[in-house]
Amino acid sequence: MSENHAAHVTRPEILHAPSNDAAGFAVTAAPLGFWAKVYANGTVRKSVLLVLLAAAWEIYARVLNNSLVFPTFSSTVGALFEGIGTGAIPRAGAYTLSLLLKGYVTGLVFAALLTAFASVSRIGADLLETLTAMFNPLPSIALLPLALIWFGLGDGSVIFVLVHAVLWAVALNTFAGFRTLSPTLRMVGQNYGLTSFGYIVRILIPGAFPSILTGLKVGWAFAWRTLIAAELVFGVSSGSGGLGWYIFENKNQLRIPEVFAGLLTVILFGLFVENVIFRTIEQRTVRRWGMQH
Amino acid sequence: MVSPSAPSSGTSHAIAPLLSVKGVTLQYRTGEQMVTATYRVSFDVLKSDRFVLLGPSGCGKSTLLKAIGGYLQPVEGEMLLAGAKIGKPGPDRAFVFQEFDQLLPWKTVRDNIVFALTASGKLDKRNAIERSLHFIDKVGLAKFAGSFPHTLSGGMKQRVAIARAMAMEPQILLMDEPFAALDALTRGKMQDDLLQLWEDTKFTVLFVTHSIPEAIRIGNRILLLTPHPGRTKAEINSAGTDTLGADGELTSARIQRLLFERTGSIADV
Repeated sequence: MSENHAAHVTRPEILHAPSNDAAGFAVTAAPLGFWAKVYANGTVRKSVLLVLLAAAWEIYARVLNNSLVFPTFSSTVGALFEGIGTGAIPRAGAYTLSLLLKGYVTGLVFAALLTAFASVSRIGADLLETLTAMFNPLPSIALLPLALIWFGLGDGSVIFVLVHAVLWAVALNTFAGFRTLSPTLRMVGQNYGLTSFGYIVRILIPGAFPSILTGLKVGWAFAWRTLIAAELVFGVSSGSGGLGWYIFENKNQLRIPEVFAGLLTVILFGLFVENVIFRTIEQRTVRRWGMQH
Repeated sequence: MVSPSAPSSGTSHAIAPLLSVKGVTLQYRTGEQMVTATYRVSFDVLKSDRFVLLGPSGCGKSTLLKAIGGYLQPVEGEMLLAGAKIGKPGPDRAFVFQEFDQLLPWKTVRDNIVFALTASGKLDKRNAIERSLHFIDKVGLAKFAGSFPHTLSGGMKQRVAIARAMAMEPQILLMDEPFAALDALTRGKMQDDLLQLWEDTKFTVLFVTHSIPEAIRIGNRILLLTPHPGRTKAEINSAGTDTLGADGELTSARIQRLLFERTGSIADV
């Protein structure tokens, strides 16, 4: 040890003259190769997965060779295009979607009222927590028989169960977002004189937006599922034709490729809403703000 | 380096104080306990003072600042700003916090300042934009006016927060350890810049810190608080640098002695 110390030599200091040579490894941004770029693109990766799944479907259905149980991918796509051609699927889809939007928006309004009440008073918070604990685990579709008694056959009953599907998920997530907002941001809002409504709109909602967005997504998924189920259950009796009814009716007539085409439409809607609409909102808001990565 | 000239202090009898804190006791609840943060603290801040609250953690200096900000009501004593009792939080006492997340992440640098000016009803949007750009330029961030806070460094975020508070042109600027979370190099630069800004407009600032060098550098008047609960130990003047006093003692050594010469046990520190 002491030898090491003794061997310690005085080294000269080194001073670099300023230079801007950026050759070779000093280049900070090198372009990615073609395949690296392709692989980095999420859309491409997911599309490849979808193609592989479709191929597996096609092969399995051909091996099974029973179109009553499991039609091929190609016949399903054929039925889908046929349905689009005759206007049956667009009509059913538009009907379902309009009903869905009515229920979704009504649910959001109730959720906003409930959350606003919860965020200004303690008793409101208790009410929200109690109601959510009671009703959130209750599958919306289980309320349909009751809704039919209350509202009769028709849109009213469906909208009622849709509101139930959306309300709790959105209210719960929004309120959780409000609660986790940083105390510093709250104090900043108060410092600049914001109270009640202005405070909620200008501080709480944007600050809790990642949670709110999660609530909107979950609410959307719940509503979509509930609606298809509700249509399957009572679309026939009311005779009004949404996508669930389209599936149900074709099943009754043993037109299984059409059933699959209906299901595929439901899936495509879901993919579109998730990957286009919600993705765009995310990119324009929480990602841009650095609140979500 | 800026060497700020100390405004005339020690003449509090002649000039009415801008902020007057009289016998303020503050308590807050943690779970099941009531904690006394400060006990009968009194001091006066004059216009254009750079008044520093200095003390170790637990001396209630941040709580005191929050009470002046209006976030907490004293259980005893009173606080007057320009003769009026301090009530709710308001834009006449612009706050700069220690935390970097005090900027609204959903607004750009410019819009953070515009927001403060319009939300408080101080200016309309057009004038607010104009003033915000002026203050962004003042803190040297003109290039970043359109950036979102998450793309800035910690020091830059604090600059924006200072610009936002200053753009409000408040009666008093309340700064709660604004540089504590910065690295030492950035902190020194920020201190110099703050003093430079003060030279421009001679704003009144109440500055909380637990760093003795920072207190000496920033303040022209330093209130020393001892912990558990916070009580006033001394109120001294600072010349901006660590100088020898009449008794041949460095200001920093004197502060150190005043804060820690005491009967208390180690647990008090």
